[in-house]
Amino acid sequence: MYSQLVDTGTKRLLAEHELPDAEREFQHKLDADVRVEPKDWMPDTYRQTLIRQIAQHAHSEVVGMLPEGNWITRAPNLRRKLILLAKVQDEAGHGLYLYSAAETLGVSREDLVQQLHAGRMKYSSIFNYPTLTWADIGAIGWLVDGAAVTNQIPLCRCSYGPYARAMTRICKEESFHQRQGYEIMLALSRGTQAQKRMAQDALNRWWWPSLMMFGPPDADSVHTQQSMRWKIKRHTNDELRQRFVDQTVPQGEHLGLSFPDPDLRWNPETRHYDFGEIDWSEFWEVVKGNGPCNRERLRARRRAHEEGTWVREAAAAYAQKHSRSGRRVAQ
Amino acid sequence: MTDWPLWEVFIRSKHGLAHKHVGSVHAADARMAIENARDVYTRRNEGVSIWAVRSEDIASSSPGEKDILFEPSSDKIYRHPTFYEVPEDVENL
Repeated sequence: MYSQLVDTGTKRLLAEHELPDAEREFQHKLDADVRVEPKDWMPDTYRQTLIRQIAQHAHSEVVGMLPEGNWITRAPNLRRKLILLAKVQDEAGHGLYLYSAAETLGVSREDLVQQLHAGRMKYSSIFNYPTLTWADIGAIGWLVDGAAVTNQIPLCRCSYGPYARAMTRICKEESFHQRQGYEIMLALSRGTQAQKRMAQDALNRWWWPSLMMFGPPDADSVHTQQSMRWKIKRHTNDELRQRFVDQTVPQGEHLGLSFPDPDLRWNPETRHYDFGEIDWSEFWEVVKGNGPCNRERLRARRRAHEEGTWVREAAAAYAQKHSRSGRRVAQ
Repeated sequence: MTDWPLWEVFIRSKHGLAHKHVGSVHAADARMAIENARDVYTRRNEGVSIWAVRSEDIASSSPGEKDILFEPSSDKIYRHPTFYEVPEDVENL
């Protein structure tokens, strides 16, 4: 869900006897839970799907630093500032693990970054919302990273080895992110009336966009079915969303905060929480580029990349000058 | 401007195990590769030693040759201790 709406290049799911021999053999391997490694043969559609998904995921980690970076200089105390710095640094690291996994599929990081900057590749819709108060940093850690963990744990078992290994590292680190966010919310909700209002306001604004992170219902989507057959995806968007709601509502109740959904209630029959309709028109607007911060985020990314050009050039020139082996380094 | 060269990163944890592949980094030179690997792969005391090797310098076996390459070892079950019969009352063997 850090990757949403991943196109698998599939129009119709083929029956087993319709698959070309190589693809059938590949599918048998996946069915036997054998991991696919970079140099193994794989269908081109599988490769392209993974590139799209992993790159979108990597871009989300990198763009995700922007809303939080906004608060580093304004964290309320040194402890919070150190934690936020470490968290934002982790996001950069996660982006790098993922770009490195994508590169094993034969694409270059530079090319993926260019595609993001040109608006040809997506990142998660959630990072197009603004961080207006300090409580938003709490809500992001608790809800956004919480939703990310829910989505990412099954990805640790993804059929593509390098992606699964990157996800294992990321999941270990994300749980700190979620906890630090909840701790911020806890401090505010136990604070003054004004602080409690701030926490409630952040929850009100982040709740629905967090549910949208999982993407629209997709059980009938051919891309989901293909992705599940390839064992890239293990659960439908709605299954993961429900799991997230079930885990999160009791945590919010513990904070003494209320969720902005009059239809949210425990259903003793299904043993899940029922919740209200999601406004998908808002989601599609954000995906199309019309969210509150889409333009600002891309502008900030492009500017950071352009302003870093001289550093990259200087490092390459330095390496060239000092390369004793005389090997060609980046131009 | 193209990417800096790709380096594969290997980390040894403090428990005396061998260096283990953890991923890759881009870096203009060896020193930068080590520093980037430190920042990317050891933020939580994961290691006490880093190797960085230019990806293009790694030779690897090809998945297509897997059968011919590893077949010679698969029928030599006498290389495993469980192949040998030991009477039940014989100990420490």
